[in-house]
Amino acid sequence: MLSLIVFLPTIAALLLFFIPSSVARKYAFGVSIASFLLALNLWFSFDTTSAAMQFSEVIPWIPTLGIHYALGVDGIALPLVALAAFIAPIAWLGTWPQEAVQKEKFFVACALLLQTGMYGTFLATDLFLFYFFWEIVLIPMFFLIGIWGGQNRIYATVKFFIYTMIGSLLMLVAIFWLAGMAKEQLGTTTTLMSDLAKLSLPFNAANPWMSPQALLFMAFTLAFVIKVPMIPFHTWLPDAHVQAPTLGSVFLAAVLLKMGTYGIIRISLPFFPEASLWAAPVLQALGCVGILYGAFCAMAQDDFKKLVAYSSVSHMGYIVVGLFSFNTIAISGSLYQMVNHGIASAGLFIVVGMLYERLHTRDLNKFGQLAKSTPMMAVAFMIMTLSSVALPGTNGFVGEFTILLGTFQQSIVLAGLCGLGVIFGAVYSLKAYQKVMLGPSNVEVHGHWHAHAHSDAHDDHGHGHGEETFAVVTHDMTAKEILAMSLLTVFVFVVGFFPETFFGASKVSLEALATALGAK
Amino acid sequence: MEATYSQLPLFILLLPLMGFILNGLIIPLLLKGFGRTSVGAAAAASTLPLALAFILALVAFGELESHSLLIEPYQWLSIGTLKINFSLKIDRLSGLLTLIITGIGTLIHLFSASYLATEKGIGRYYAYLSLFCFSMLLLVLGNELPLLFFGWEGVGLCSYLLIGFWYTETEKANAGKKAFITNRVGDLGFLIGAFLLYKMVGSFNFDVLTAKFAEWGSSGNYDSYLVTATCLALFVGATGKSAQIPLFVWLPDAMSGPTPVSALIHAATMVTAGVYMIARLNGLFDLAPDALTVIAYIGAFTALFAGTIAIAQKDIKKVLAYSTVSQLGFMFMACGVGAYQTAVFHLMTHAFFKALLFLGSGSVIHACHHEQDMTKMGGLKKYLPHTHFTMLIGSLAISGIPFFSGFFSKDEILYSAIALPGGHAPVFIIGVLTAALTAIYTGRMMSLTFYGKERLDHHTKEHLHESPGLMLLPLYVLAGLAAIGGFFGVPHLLGNFLHHMPHHLSQWLGPVVPARELPLMAIKLPIHEAVVMAGSSVLAIVCFTLGVVLFKNKQTVTQLMSGFAPLEKILANKYYIDEIYEAAILKPLASFAKICSDVVDRLGIDGAVNGVGNGARRVGQRLKAIQDGDVQTAALWMVVGTALAVAGILILARI
Repeated sequence: MLSLIVFLPTIAALLLFFIPSSVARKYAFGVSIASFLLALNLWFSFDTTSAAMQFSEVIPWIPTLGIHYALGVDGIALPLVALAAFIAPIAWLGTWPQEAVQKEKFFVACALLLQTGMYGTFLATDLFLFYFFWEIVLIPMFFLIGIWGGQNRIYATVKFFIYTMIGSLLMLVAIFWLAGMAKEQLGTTTTLMSDLAKLSLPFNAANPWMSPQALLFMAFTLAFVIKVPMIPFHTWLPDAHVQAPTLGSVFLAAVLLKMGTYGIIRISLPFFPEASLWAAPVLQALGCVGILYGAFCAMAQDDFKKLVAYSSVSHMGYIVVGLFSFNTIAISGSLYQMVNHGIASAGLFIVVGMLYERLHTRDLNKFGQLAKSTPMMAVAFMIMTLSSVALPGTNGFVGEFTILLGTFQQSIVLAGLCGLGVIFGAVYSLKAYQKVMLGPSNVEVHGHWHAHAHSDAHDDHGHGHGEETFAVVTHDMTAKEILAMSLLTVFVFVVGFFPETFFGASKVSLEALATALGAK
Repeated sequence: MEATYSQLPLFILLLPLMGFILNGLIIPLLLKGFGRTSVGAAAAASTLPLALAFILALVAFGELESHSLLIEPYQWLSIGTLKINFSLKIDRLSGLLTLIITGIGTLIHLFSASYLATEKGIGRYYAYLSLFCFSMLLLVLGNELPLLFFGWEGVGLCSYLLIGFWYTETEKANAGKKAFITNRVGDLGFLIGAFLLYKMVGSFNFDVLTAKFAEWGSSGNYDSYLVTATCLALFVGATGKSAQIPLFVWLPDAMSGPTPVSALIHAATMVTAGVYMIARLNGLFDLAPDALTVIAYIGAFTALFAGTIAIAQKDIKKVLAYSTVSQLGFMFMACGVGAYQTAVFHLMTHAFFKALLFLGSGSVIHACHHEQDMTKMGGLKKYLPHTHFTMLIGSLAISGIPFFSGFFSKDEILYSAIALPGGHAPVFIIGVLTAALTAIYTGRMMSLTFYGKERLDHHTKEHLHESPGLMLLPLYVLAGLAAIGGFFGVPHLLGNFLHHMPHHLSQWLGPVVPARELPLMAIKLPIHEAVVMAGSSVLAIVCFTLGVVLFKNKQTVTQLMSGFAPLEKILANKYYIDEIYEAAILKPLASFAKICSDVVDRLGIDGAVNGVGNGARRVGQRLKAIQDGDVQTAALWMVVGTALAVAGILILARI
């Protein structure tokens, strides 16, 4: 079952050779639906009372090195698989262009391959296979930004690539080191996670820097925090986002960043608990600074997409803080936040994309008053903003509340500082909303799209004379866009009011992890 | 008191949500678009469910005599030992507030139908209003602190949406944003307080918390530093929502929303959430006398401070806004001296008379073609007899004229401030001063609006008209409540003359919010109480009359006393607090953000990254192809690089 989930998109990509370019997108959307149904089936077949890996598939792949093709799913991987499966059709619907893009088939193939990489990363239970899928993801993303990106796409894509590559090479070295240790301790070379978990990795508290466990931890965790991205390794993200096509941005923000935090919860914490505890203060500090720093940078942006990108840096900071808090509530909250940030950031990037498609700008100073001509978009944008600022009743609250609550039990000061993000998050989010949807219109009227300007129709007395304000009528969301945003909206409120319906499945696995870590 | 399972709390909560879904989703879907809903449909879709909720609240209220009503439909979240139930409870405190919210809410829904009859976005307006009622009910019915916070943030959102209802105007959109962000500062305090509570108790459930507070109180076995810190953190939350120093700045700006919204949200209900929260957690605050002292003084200073600003405002809504800040200060003053019951009492009477005054001002503004400047009114009594009559009752009530509602509650606060063991003489003195100011600025408001010379311009005068019945009905109902609402809390001293009429409210709230006992001396010698009562009555009558008479044909204090000019300028400009905040907080914050983004990030971190990249490039000039912009070449390098790396490591691993 898991193999089918992972490779369905790849098979579909190969079959693209027989599909005419004109229907490639519809085809890809169909595949994403099929993939979603498979994930749904997995969801309902999943046994929520067990913390063990389920639906495991283990086949030797490179026997001489003990590398296996091994997949499995537990309560930690499940919500992320669900997220990836849920986001894909939404990403297609929300970014359906008016005209076909260049090299449409190749574009679709990249997106499909990307999905395989994402599923594989979340489902791999062999470290080398994990690495394999981790790297697979890079290739389609590289093309998505490099070919269909904005003007400065080459710089962005090379930066994205080199950054991630440096991290993952270290990870590869560490994987083989672990395999070598397995040979010593277990008598057989293996990269299966379940085998490697049995290793005893020496950690010398007196001289941690030279302990194997600490070195291994650092090699893995560096790769992960670059992906998250945690400051100071974050500068690839705004560039990548700004240049990427909307579909790429949606996948990047919603799912790809979570690969980093997933790596931490799947590998760094359980395999290297002592080293994690040792490094926790530094990582939490960086996470906390990231929350505030990301928020400050977001506040200063005039580029809408860059603002959302920096908000991701800020929100992902919460997850790093929560994961390294060694507190059950905060660790659970971090997993929730991974999914919830995925939803909100996907929604926000789709909004950015819809606006760009209509007005050909991302400059926040060139929007305004759009709530009048695009009321549905205004509603959708508002809901995603609320999720992003973690308003209770939205999914965003569930993650941030639990992370802060759990972290608070660990350190009052740290949680208090992170909590400042609650204030600054509102500052930049509402700024963006106001500049786009409210106030006077600053839209420049161009010839090539249907525009119709008229004076402010608001009939409140005593206003409106003197300076003339203009409302530009631009078309509201299309049926596909409405569907995409509605699906996200349903998730936002259902999980906001009934978080257990979604996160209940993770409870046992999370508690097992917390117990293993000795978390409070 | 025993809690009995009942579905009433859930129904009462969900009815306004139904109004929201109707106006926000179903009607627009049926009409295929926003902004097409007719006034009648929009008003009916929101008002009827709320009216029904009011009836259910009355039913529930009847049951509270013997037991409270509880429902826990599901568990919201559970992680390890953290269990948060979606638990709703109507007890005597939340029951009273539910009546106020649904009752006054219904009246204001009715008023709005007429007041905003020509508004295009009426569907959106009623959707927001319904969402507000839902959130406010969740705030008071929630039996777990996080649920209170749900409502707390929900009402904040609705406030944001309604303040910026006419969103195309930058100033109004800004006011909404300011409200939201200022409140967020308070919310952080609230969250920290809640987290501290969880750290100490390990639960968010009010029943568990209340029992724990009682246990702490009797055993004395608690960390008084943590308790004090918790109370102060929660109070920071209250200063945000209930507009106290230093976070009050959003409320006056919030008046740019439609006037009925000001009446419901920014006077009668939402802004009292902080008072409700403290009353709900009274057992905790009782353990932190230092925190209470802070609350009492902040309340007192806010009351005086806002009162002085109110006297210099020309905009009728601004007067009422600062008056609200001031009256909320009174409520916190009461909380701060331990008179939580009295705070709730004033919350109730204030809801009556301030909603009335705001709706009245709405009626005036409606009549005067959206003119809000009182210096351009005058003599309106002749044209708006009903509005004048009802507003006069509201004014008498807020001024504390005997035996209108405000008299009872304000008098009780003043007396508590001096007589209770937790009382402070300075707080009492400030309270008396503020009471005098209140009567003066209210008198001035009445005078400028309704009495004296007619200063209306010709155009407005032609269109001057008394409001229609749909607007007058809520005014009269509220006027009735503002007039007699005080008799729910007749002080012992006066009760003796009224067939020993008891303090109904005190008896009612007792099981949830216990009364603090007066020292024996005060009970034996009621002379102090009599003096305070007589004194404040005389003060109120004199000051209100002064306010009316002095400002009959003068609009500003400066016109009465020329030496007052510089001070009046400061007051009219609200002590320049907005300007100070702008210069001391907002500007530096924006600059700091700019530095983070443009200097640290672009030049510092990214500069270092690019520097490393450039350095590496110089080492291997051949790799320059990567930067040349040819994707294929770059891709090739990527594949080659990966392959080399993998091969190298495979070889290494074999060794």
